[in-house]
Amino acid sequence: MMRYLLPLGVFMALVALFWKGLGLNPTELPSPLIGKPAPSFEVPTLADPSKTISTEDMKGQVWMLNVWASWCASCRYEHPLFVDLARAGVVPIVGLNYKDQRAEALAWLRQLGNPYAVVAVDADGKVGIDYGVYGVPETYIIDRDGIIRYKHVGPVNREALQEKILPLIKELQG
Amino acid sequence: MRWPGLSMMLLLAWMAFAPAAVAVESQFSLDPAQEERFRELAKELRCPKCQNQSLFDSGAGVADDLRWAIIRQIKEGKSDEEIIDYMVTRYGDFVRYRPVFDNRTLILWIGPFVLLLVGVAVLVYQIRKRRRLVEEAKLDEAHRARVEALLRDGGEERS
Repeated sequence: MMRYLLPLGVFMALVALFWKGLGLNPTELPSPLIGKPAPSFEVPTLADPSKTISTEDMKGQVWMLNVWASWCASCRYEHPLFVDLARAGVVPIVGLNYKDQRAEALAWLRQLGNPYAVVAVDADGKVGIDYGVYGVPETYIIDRDGIIRYKHVGPVNREALQEKILPLIKELQG
Repeated sequence: MRWPGLSMMLLLAWMAFAPAAVAVESQFSLDPAQEERFRELAKELRCPKCQNQSLFDSGAGVADDLRWAIIRQIKEGKSDEEIIDYMVTRYGDFVRYRPVFDNRTLILWIGPFVLLLVGVAVLVYQIRKRRRLVEEAKLDEAHRARVEALLRDGGEERS
């Protein structure tokens, strides 16, 4: 009996291992920044390059940081969700315009609508490196104390928004 | 030459831009030892975007930025550990091709050796078992006599 049960057991264990392992998304890297203070930045705003926006300005409130660029195709996909979210006024969304051209970024917002309370300009991608950005779009939730609580890589979809992001924001604001 | 004007223009254009290229190079150039360190580090670190390519190999935009970050830090006199830490605090342990040895990576480092030991143990057990079977099958005197008789008579006795 053992002769058959042992290989079967080993086989089932391998199936379970592969089921779990192959089901993971290998392009989603766990961010080491979750639970850590959001890296500080002070950069010009898109609307008025003579003004700056810094992480200090956002202290004391829960906020969302959305990394986007006009050259990023999947940013288009998630954009309407943020426009709706901004209209509902749930949370201030700060845009981080990543390695983009100013004129093209402004045209993009004119065309698709501007959900951002303010857009920070990261022309050379330095802020992006500090945040561990590797695939635009990326979205971060930062709490009142300036701690990163959540990171979403790739376009935010309705499901992620409803099931993870909004409940987390509600919890952090409460 | 059919287009002397064009080739002359190209030559002039090259001469106009060449000094600029030299200037950029001197600003960011590394001495041979630093360049060797850059190569080693860039091969040691994994590109977070196009996975399974090192920063050295990858053509992704972010890999280019991270290569510049390595060069900048080498010029600032940072140590290799500091530069690797810089990458790990931003992109996680993922960027190391050689994972650190700690509780989470214990299985990774020890696992193959444990499997090897298990394999050797199974092998030794099986060999011992077989030897026991062979010993059990040893012939006693009566058997031996019969076998010899069989061989002598050309194997005609059957049953």
